[in-house]
Amino acid sequence: MHEVKTPLIRLAKRDAMPAWQVWCIRGSSFIAAILLGALIFLVLGNNPISAYGTILSGSLGKSTAIRQTVKIAIPLLGTALAIAPCFKMRFWNIGAEGQITAGAVAASYFALFWADRLPGPALILVMAAAGAVAGGIWALVPAFFKAKWGTNETLFTLMMNYIIIGVVRWLQGGPWEGRPGSQIIPQFDSKAVLPKVLGVHCGWIIVLVLTVVMFIYMKYTKQGYEIAVIGESENTARYAGMNVGAIIMRTMFLSGAISGLVGFIVASGANNTLYDGVAAGVGFTAITVAWLAQLNPFAMIGISALLAVLEKGADTLQTRMNVPASISDIITGIFLFCMLGCEFFINYRLILRGGHKEVTGA
Amino acid sequence: MINQSPVLLLIMAAVLNGTPLLFGTVGEILSEKSGNLNLGVEGMMYMGGAMGLGAAFYYEQLSGGSASGIVAVLLAILFSFLGGAFGALIYSFITITLRANQNVTGLALAIFGTGAGQFIGEYMRVTSGGYVAISNELKAVFANSPFPAALQKLPVVGPLLFGQNIFVYLGLAVAVVMAVFLNRSRAGLYLRAVGESPATADAAGINVTRNKYLATVIGGGISAIGGMVYITTIAGCVWNHEGLAGEGWLAVALVIFCLWRPLNAIWGSILFGGLMILYLRLQVPFIPDQLYKILPYVVTVIVLIFTSLRNSKDKQPPASLGLAYFREER
Amino acid sequence: MTALETVHAIEFRHITKRFGKVVANDGIDLTLDRGEILALLGENGSGKTTLMNMLSGIYFPDEGEILVGGKPAAIRSPKDAYANGIGMIHQHYKLVDVFTAAENIALGLHDGGRLDRREIAARVQAISDKYGFGIDPNKKVYDMSVSEKQTVEIVKVLYRGADVLILDEPTAVLTPQETERLFAILRTMKADGKAIVIITHKLHEVMAISDRVAVLRKGQYIGAVNTAETDPQALTDMMVGHAVTLNIDRPDPVDPKPRLTVEGLTVLDAEGVKKLDGVGFTALGGEILGIAGIAGSGQRELLESIAGLYPIAAGSIRYTPDGAGPQELVGKTPMQIKQAGVAMAFVPEDRLGMGLVGGMGMTGNMMLRSWRRGKGVFVDRKDPNALALKVKESLEVVTPSVDFPVRRLSGGNVQKVLVGREIASSPTVLMSAYAVRGLDINTSYTIYNLMTEQKKKGVAVIFVGEDLDVLLELCDRILVLCGGKVSGVVDARTATKEQVGLMMTRVGGKEGA
Repeated sequence: MHEVKTPLIRLAKRDAMPAWQVWCIRGSSFIAAILLGALIFLVLGNNPISAYGTILSGSLGKSTAIRQTVKIAIPLLGTALAIAPCFKMRFWNIGAEGQITAGAVAASYFALFWADRLPGPALILVMAAAGAVAGGIWALVPAFFKAKWGTNETLFTLMMNYIIIGVVRWLQGGPWEGRPGSQIIPQFDSKAVLPKVLGVHCGWIIVLVLTVVMFIYMKYTKQGYEIAVIGESENTARYAGMNVGAIIMRTMFLSGAISGLVGFIVASGANNTLYDGVAAGVGFTAITVAWLAQLNPFAMIGISALLAVLEKGADTLQTRMNVPASISDIITGIFLFCMLGCEFFINYRLILRGGHKEVTGA
Repeated sequence: MINQSPVLLLIMAAVLNGTPLLFGTVGEILSEKSGNLNLGVEGMMYMGGAMGLGAAFYYEQLSGGSASGIVAVLLAILFSFLGGAFGALIYSFITITLRANQNVTGLALAIFGTGAGQFIGEYMRVTSGGYVAISNELKAVFANSPFPAALQKLPVVGPLLFGQNIFVYLGLAVAVVMAVFLNRSRAGLYLRAVGESPATADAAGINVTRNKYLATVIGGGISAIGGMVYITTIAGCVWNHEGLAGEGWLAVALVIFCLWRPLNAIWGSILFGGLMILYLRLQVPFIPDQLYKILPYVVTVIVLIFTSLRNSKDKQPPASLGLAYFREER
Repeated sequence: MTALETVHAIEFRHITKRFGKVVANDGIDLTLDRGEILALLGENGSGKTTLMNMLSGIYFPDEGEILVGGKPAAIRSPKDAYANGIGMIHQHYKLVDVFTAAENIALGLHDGGRLDRREIAARVQAISDKYGFGIDPNKKVYDMSVSEKQTVEIVKVLYRGADVLILDEPTAVLTPQETERLFAILRTMKADGKAIVIITHKLHEVMAISDRVAVLRKGQYIGAVNTAETDPQALTDMMVGHAVTLNIDRPDPVDPKPRLTVEGLTVLDAEGVKKLDGVGFTALGGEILGIAGIAGSGQRELLESIAGLYPIAAGSIRYTPDGAGPQELVGKTPMQIKQAGVAMAFVPEDRLGMGLVGGMGMTGNMMLRSWRRGKGVFVDRKDPNALALKVKESLEVVTPSVDFPVRRLSGGNVQKVLVGREIASSPTVLMSAYAVRGLDINTSYTIYNLMTEQKKKGVAVIFVGEDLDVLLELCDRILVLCGGKVSGVVDARTATKEQVGLMMTRVGGKEGA
């Protein structure tokens, strides 16, 4: 009569899982995403194999295509790197979109109004520095309120995005407008444009260097250590004598500064001007890149490359197979969902009713 | 409609522009009250917009000229709801059952939903020869007041009370029903308990998972209706590349601004709607037009700061907002 | 009393509950009758709460059965418990802060329907009036004092129709006046025919409120006596048992001199409740000062205050270095204390939440004390790595590697990592809280020996413990805390277990009338 009514499936936190098993799960989620994507192509009446083939050839088939793909990946990778330290600290900065834009605004100011007063290399350096500082300040505002009064950083950073984008719209149609009525800011002077290396603006070198620097910063520096400890437990951080509020503000400034630098790279290298879509959702997509990479800078290279391939490939898909390019967002979404969901099977164990019961001490 | 004062016109325009926001906000309030911060509102509204417009469009195509306006409206509501609910279901499965990070999942939904909405919209346009067009009669049902002209012609109160499109009244009803549900029903009380303290709710015998799923999915559906309302009333039943222009994100802001209260969302949405179009009506020297558009976000930030400063317990986000619940982790 | 009245409200028959290898309850038989207040007495970890959790549906017994009203009952959830008329008021209240009392009370009772606040409020008022609670149904929980919150929990249980009420340490957070009020209410409920269990280790309260006392010790049922026929001394004997010889090595202190002087230390928690009240003592270098007390008597707050982690309302903490005058520590952050040259090591109670970083390996955790060392931006990993290897070697920490996350180590190994790191900083003051909690005998002795070694080096060791046998054999002096006040300081070599036990339950340890 003492038959215990346990639910059919019970959950338990998993202790550890061998690495090969972890990669099996991640691999299967990747395959699941590909299959789901294939299903969508089938429903649309396209051959999935040729569709995926088109995506690959369209993004990696020719050197011009590769250049385009790299151009898409640069801001994604750069911004994911910016987000990594915040998320490591469990500070949910979803304001990268705005921090990129703020950086682009500051860089554009110098590009537009200081081009004739500064020599070329100096101008580029000043633009980069201005972008970093502006992005950092834009991130510092919510961090300050978080550190002082615990203001919800997720919502605050989100709002900051739209404020700065609104400012750009005003600049576009007002003080910085080029031809009256055009609503367009003029193209930068050629001095203010990032030089090209191997056919792509040199932003790719900057973000690759940043990847290594960020890896070292997170892993080997005192500040990286502080960030890791705060992310685990603020109490432990206080126990170890860390000034939690100051570290939050410093880390957010750094994060915003990198995003601001990305803003400079995009405005100077890719667009050669400033417009309200300078960030174009990169700030949000990069969050998923950083998260899926488990905040590992090198893994971010792979994931941002994957998303860039999808986006560039989908463009080709549109021209060749007449499938709307927004398919790339759908496929990207499916990949994100599958990869987000699969972590569950790594962290939790499912125990079926009647299965072996494990008792652990308190 | 002669003799209408600029103030009246402004209010009318504010209501028109605020209504999509009202749906988006009320839906998101329901979701957040269960502790789920679903940042995918923009995506769900896109899906709702495309599905709703598609429902009306294909219904008219199939009915061959004998389309009933009311059926078209109902179909648009139903399909936009289903579109958003589907997006929210994905989100719920990943965050509630699989316990993934809510922020990241919400952003993924925003990307997916925006893409899905754009895709459906584009697909409709391409397959129907480059233009999704709904007949003017049907458009009028969506965009015009359901009340007889006599009532609308009453001075001042006529346009104000009877001159709005049908979704304004529906939106008001949804907001009021939501307020009554959350504050006056047991189920609403239990739902709020789940969002405040899932462990307490669980101990009291309330099914946390079911509450979270229902609230998020239904909330997503309601938000998505807002997307359809935007497309059919403000965008003129046409799918263009602009899409929803950030309505979903503004709804997330409005949830904070109205302090998670559906009744506040009513005047909040009118205020936000008004701020969005104020520059067209009210020219103030020295303040550039475009800067009016950031006012909703600025006031939201101020509200956010003030609530954290004052630390009034009644005006805080649901206490467990953004956190996954795992019973054995106590 | 007639022969017919042998049906008990509750009867435990040979109940056993294990958690892993630990036997929390070992074949317990216990009865409870209507119209009586039973005090369940025992030290920390004696199994009181576990036993009652089986009655309230939190746990399910491994062996034995529970009879409710004479019939076997299977209680698998709090809902089952309510169906059997049993309700428990836990130590940690489960209330929604932004809800009113009435809303909290109505939570989860029926599905759907209109929320008739007036009707609920009226019923709550009726219960309140009947027993004299004086509760305002429309008051929000966040506006309530701890005592009011407790009242809401009690009314919640009564509202669900409970006839058997279990209160887990109900007076732990109450002022004496509030305690008196609670007792008055309990007596009214008893007169109404309710059966009441109160879990406690405060002897004077047992004497004041209970009809019968049942005593548990280390998971065993020791016996039950009528309160009228016993006295605190006899109860203490039952509770702590006879002294057990542990044979812990205890050398005499060599050249003890004042190291840390605490005077008039008073701290308040976030709710403004006094956690320490005018605490004063001196810790000497070269001796182990034990701190005894019921759980939650201010031990945690005392250590954290000294470490600079708890806001101090009043008082002073002075540190005397070798060959220099004393310096004040109050008002300094942990980093400033360290920079002032105070070599203080602290083993906090919350090992993974405060003392260690669970997600990092031993090396990463060794860095917690040394991360700021050295010039430049890079953190030094070489020394911490060497230290981790040394600790692993000398304390026999079982871990696959020094980079294996400490969260996944067993409790004993976690503690060794923590203690090993703290001792490695060659401190002059070493504080440890419940250093052997959850450890097996061998590991415990390793820890005792480490403490004694430190003492021999002239370190002032402050050892917060819960096992009186250990405190009496390990320490040189024992400071007894009771409700945030110093109950007294005894010489551990001459004091008896009973003496310390009494001091833990009332200030000064004197028996009341």
